[in-house]
Amino acid sequence: MQKPLHGSSRSFRLQHKLAHYLFISPFLITFLVFGCYPILQNLRLSLFATNGPNSHVFVGLSNYQFLVEDADFRTAVWNTIVYAFWSVFLQLPLALGLAMLLCQKWIKGRGLLRMAFFSPNLMGQAFVAVLFGILYVPHYGLVNRAVHPILPALVPLDTKWLQDAHLVMPAIVLASLWMYVGFNMIYFLAALQAVDQELYEAARVDGAGTWHQFRAVTIPGIKPVAVFVLVTATIGSFQLYELPYLMLNNSAGPKYAGLTIVMYLYQHGFVTGDLVLASAIGWSLALGILVISLFQLRVIGAYKREAA
Amino acid sequence: MGRTATQVLLIALAAIVLTSLVWLIAATTKGKNDQFHYTFFAPTLTGQNYVDLYNKTDLFQHNLVNSIFLASTTVVVQLFFSSLAGFALAKYEFKGNRPLTILMLATFMIPGRLTMAPLFELLHRMGLVDSYLGLFIPGSVSVFGIFLFRQSILTIPDELLQAARIDGCSEFQIYRDIVMPVSRPIIGAFCLISCMGTWNSFLWPQIILHNRNLFTLPIALSQMIGVYNQEYGMLMAGTLISVLPVVILFLCCKKSSWRGSRPGLSKVRQSNSEVKYCRQVLLQRGKAQ
Repeated sequence: MQKPLHGSSRSFRLQHKLAHYLFISPFLITFLVFGCYPILQNLRLSLFATNGPNSHVFVGLSNYQFLVEDADFRTAVWNTIVYAFWSVFLQLPLALGLAMLLCQKWIKGRGLLRMAFFSPNLMGQAFVAVLFGILYVPHYGLVNRAVHPILPALVPLDTKWLQDAHLVMPAIVLASLWMYVGFNMIYFLAALQAVDQELYEAARVDGAGTWHQFRAVTIPGIKPVAVFVLVTATIGSFQLYELPYLMLNNSAGPKYAGLTIVMYLYQHGFVTGDLVLASAIGWSLALGILVISLFQLRVIGAYKREAA
Repeated sequence: MGRTATQVLLIALAAIVLTSLVWLIAATTKGKNDQFHYTFFAPTLTGQNYVDLYNKTDLFQHNLVNSIFLASTTVVVQLFFSSLAGFALAKYEFKGNRPLTILMLATFMIPGRLTMAPLFELLHRMGLVDSYLGLFIPGSVSVFGIFLFRQSILTIPDELLQAARIDGCSEFQIYRDIVMPVSRPIIGAFCLISCMGTWNSFLWPQIILHNRNLFTLPIALSQMIGVYNQEYGMLMAGTLISVLPVVILFLCCKKSSWRGSRPGLSKVRQSNSEVKYCRQVLLQRGKAQ
């Protein structure tokens, strides 16, 4: 290693030796106190019961037992899973389809189209929720006014999207599609543009049709990005809160049709004030997300071996 | 599918997406009676909704100011801490570098929402509930930001930093004069992402803030829904005002944010220009001395 020319003084060597500790310490302290400690404390808390601010009694898994037996919690879990299922299985194929259309070089105005599809994502979930809360209003809202002329029998002008327990979930899924399809499209677009065009050429020479090209070239080419998008979209769906809560006028909707796990956590932990139960809900959700992410990775991994 | 058909389909889909936004803007310009008669714009435009917003709520007086203050301070602190820590992780060998990186990756998988209860308890004990510090301190580190900066700083050649050291740069000068200027594209993207994160966050501020004067825009809107849920024009005006600053910011950093949103594609080109830039910096430094 070369010796510094000007920096032979003691203080220069000292700052060279210690600089990185100084650089990393503000982050490290905050990260350990506000990032790592709550994770461990969460596990500890979830095994206790509380009767006041300073009385913690060890109760083992009975908080979790309460959750399993609570009908509202089961509703919340079911709603969240239904939402995650639809938002992933509608959102991602739509996003991929759009990206595949949009990555054709001859499309005019690609930049503007990309911007248009992405634009809803500039609004946060909270603001999208306020907007859609009004878009779904019977008679007045845009959704009924736009869809009613096309499907007069199926969607009457006074369709109560947010007051009818059966329609709440489709309404939430539709709003999330509007918001996130363009966002995920950006990832797919970047991945598609990185696929080697010569592979398509080679596949065509070998006589592969469009579908075969898609399966043999496109899917393997975008797989790393697709896995990332799938896993993050699922994790995001499981944390659903703002969209239903604000769309349904600060509530869980009729018959709790819009109750999600995080909403249940908020209501028990911060409205009722049972932080211990909230910790148990937090761990249940973390565990659920972990299991589902691993499951997804495994399924995709199995597909890989089959294709190879 | 024919080319024309594809083009038309894409434009139609884009139009559907944009319709809601046009409707949102239109709804803010209509008086109470016109709201029901016209689906989009009415023949007479009015600013009454915005006047109502000013008179009946604190949106302009408090909430907008609060949101701007909170977002800008958080972005500046996050940017400073994340880039410094990313620099340290990327360019210094020290004990604990790898374990720390792995620990960060692991916590990255655990969404922050799950640990809200113990974090609230902790902040309560520290007396930070119902103050901006309770939002600000836990939000001041961004593990995502550190990774973003770490990855980008890894592409800066070590020889450059070594050359700067020989020229007598202190480690902080290297960070300020070489690492930060070279990371400009990432800084733009990071500021946008971090700002949007703070601006749009609803759940944690809802938990931490109780004082009406401290409410940020999303919280204020959620209160407005409860009170003025029939005044569509006013609610939409509030939503538009809340969204507009982020849109403006996005248009300002659009160039760097698109580049930042797909790292890897332009990496080769970018790192070439980085090297050139660094040489220039060093040359100028040499001339100055």
